[in-house]
Amino acid sequence: MSADFLYTIEVIINGLMAGVLYSLVALGFVLIFKASGIFNYAQGVMALFAALTLVGLQEGRVPFAHLINAMFGTKIHHFDWSLPALLAIILTVLIMILFAILVEKLILKHLVNQEPIILFMATIGLAYFMEGFGDLMWGSDVKTLNVGIPQGGSFWFEDFTIGWAAEGEKFYGMYVDLLDVWAAIIAISLVLVLTIFSQYTKSGRALRAVADDHQAALSVGISLRVIWVLVWSISGFVALVAGMMWGAKSGVQFSLSLIALKALPVLMLGGFTSIPGAIVGGLIIGAGEKLFEFFMGPLIGGATENWFAYVLALLFLVFRPQGLFGEKIIERV
Amino acid sequence: MLYREVGEFKTSYAQDSQTFPIKFDKYRYYFVVLVGLLFVPFVINDYWANAVFLPFLIYAIASLGLNILTGYCGQVSLGTGGFMAVGAYASYKLMTAFPDLNILIIVLLSGVITAFVGTLFGLPSLRIKGFYLAVATLAAQFFLIWLFNKVGWFYNYSATGMITSPDRSFGNFLITGPNATPASKYLFCFFFVFLLAWIARNLTRGKIGRSWMAIRDMDIAAEIIGVNPLIAKLSAFAISSFYVGIAGALFFSVYLGAVEVTEAFSIQKSFIVLFMVIIGGLGSIFGSFAGAAFMVLLPVALKNLLVLQFGWPVDIAAHFEFIIIGGLIIFFLIVEPHGLAQLWNLLKQKLRIWPFPY
Repeated sequence: MSADFLYTIEVIINGLMAGVLYSLVALGFVLIFKASGIFNYAQGVMALFAALTLVGLQEGRVPFAHLINAMFGTKIHHFDWSLPALLAIILTVLIMILFAILVEKLILKHLVNQEPIILFMATIGLAYFMEGFGDLMWGSDVKTLNVGIPQGGSFWFEDFTIGWAAEGEKFYGMYVDLLDVWAAIIAISLVLVLTIFSQYTKSGRALRAVADDHQAALSVGISLRVIWVLVWSISGFVALVAGMMWGAKSGVQFSLSLIALKALPVLMLGGFTSIPGAIVGGLIIGAGEKLFEFFMGPLIGGATENWFAYVLALLFLVFRPQGLFGEKIIERV
Repeated sequence: MLYREVGEFKTSYAQDSQTFPIKFDKYRYYFVVLVGLLFVPFVINDYWANAVFLPFLIYAIASLGLNILTGYCGQVSLGTGGFMAVGAYASYKLMTAFPDLNILIIVLLSGVITAFVGTLFGLPSLRIKGFYLAVATLAAQFFLIWLFNKVGWFYNYSATGMITSPDRSFGNFLITGPNATPASKYLFCFFFVFLLAWIARNLTRGKIGRSWMAIRDMDIAAEIIGVNPLIAKLSAFAISSFYVGIAGALFFSVYLGAVEVTEAFSIQKSFIVLFMVIIGGLGSIFGSFAGAAFMVLLPVALKNLLVLQFGWPVDIAAHFEFIIIGGLIIFFLIVEPHGLAQLWNLLKQKLRIWPFPY
């Protein structure tokens, strides 16, 4: 095989791995959109907040340390303990559940029956709030997250592929980040767990009923508010996983919240209401934007990743307005 | 007591459909315009112009534009920042390519150019609806910003990648550049705001505005009663982009003077303008102004209060700003989802019968 061909394959593999991470974020969107029709812009900030909380708990940082120091002139920053990763993750999950309950009690309850755009704006307000709150609570410096996931290139894969190139060509094997591999494995198992949960458990069935038809679900005795708390908790958990992966990759900082924007074209491509759509869309976008950057980037100035996904999704939607797997849009007067 | 329609007899249709049917409202409107025209320019200084008046006026134009698209025609757009960038770069290219062209014409032409770009990006709206469209407009936002950042022709191959507005004057008054006085900048923007708000008000109650509202309320039904969705949607995109482009041109040439595109016209701009429209009130001209005033004044007021009055460290104050803005947005949406304009209307209803209960 020629080296160019192998490079292309390498780009595709890395693109697919990145796509898995996009899918993780998109998954959180889809869950909430299906269950409540809310387009939750705060998903990215939730990932940031979850990752911040995880780091903070793990390292034993004092919450609101800056504020306390400013008010009382003290100089506290860390407790003198640190938590094992697993315990910190469990505590963070509990905090995300608490967050879901608060969101339902303080915001969603009051906005039932409002137009979708109003709810969308409310989640943007929530995103602003969480951003300020997260920074206030844990400080705005860049933090490194280490929960024991291996990182760096896989030597095994490099050695495995180095012999594929034709004789005499320069090729050093394919580079695949172990973190990406783990992220892919975790994402796949997460999707499996979610599918099993929604197909075979009682609350999963209730979830699907609500997604199908709010009023019908209400009339058979399913509590919408319980379902909303449930679904926000689940997407809080998904946000934690996404935040963990992205945080381990590039540090926990503000830019983490921008991954929400990366997930939007994935949603458009896959359809807002489809979990498999989020996965397939993520893979297409991930591979597509890396390939485009690889082939076209040098010709037109690079950094095409910023917009390629959106334009791809836009062109795609013109031909299929509901996305790949979205429900067919039927309109009546 | 003053605020009554009693005793005002309307003898023609024109009188019946006027914008301010109550005399008090009309005088209040004249009063605001006169204060803006005859009082503010004489007392304005650099701080007030740059912190309050110029951003307020320019954002008011942008939110008028977005309100036409989102509030009147029902097409949610997140590409406002990108379209403002088009206006800014169009005005820069025109200013540097034609040094003799009047600044007034430059700003208007930038609006026209933005209208073309906006129509182009509005084309998918004929197929895509709702949130899919909102996300699709993000394509415009990211693509345009990338284009202005990467293609040297747009910033005349300057080494920093920034664009800086040259000195241009209107009559004897310098409008752009560092030496322009705050009063002349202010009056220049005021003129545009006045003109554009007047046009917007009259467009939205005419035939074209009604066709927009029909599309907003239900596009299929509107099509059946004879509204052409192609013309209605694309005209909304064109006119909205015209407004946003003018706002972008003024934002760059008059207000900031020098911009770096990824800083000044990022996605945050799109959200801020959308906030203004929603907090102010969808489908309301007054709401565009109220929303712009709210979103411009709130950060200034908070900064003054927290940093200067309470003496908090700047970073903590910045975090609190986010918390307060986010919290207020949610609070407003819960209390009055139809925005400040609706609160204002309720107040007027109460005033009309005051001091009696009904």
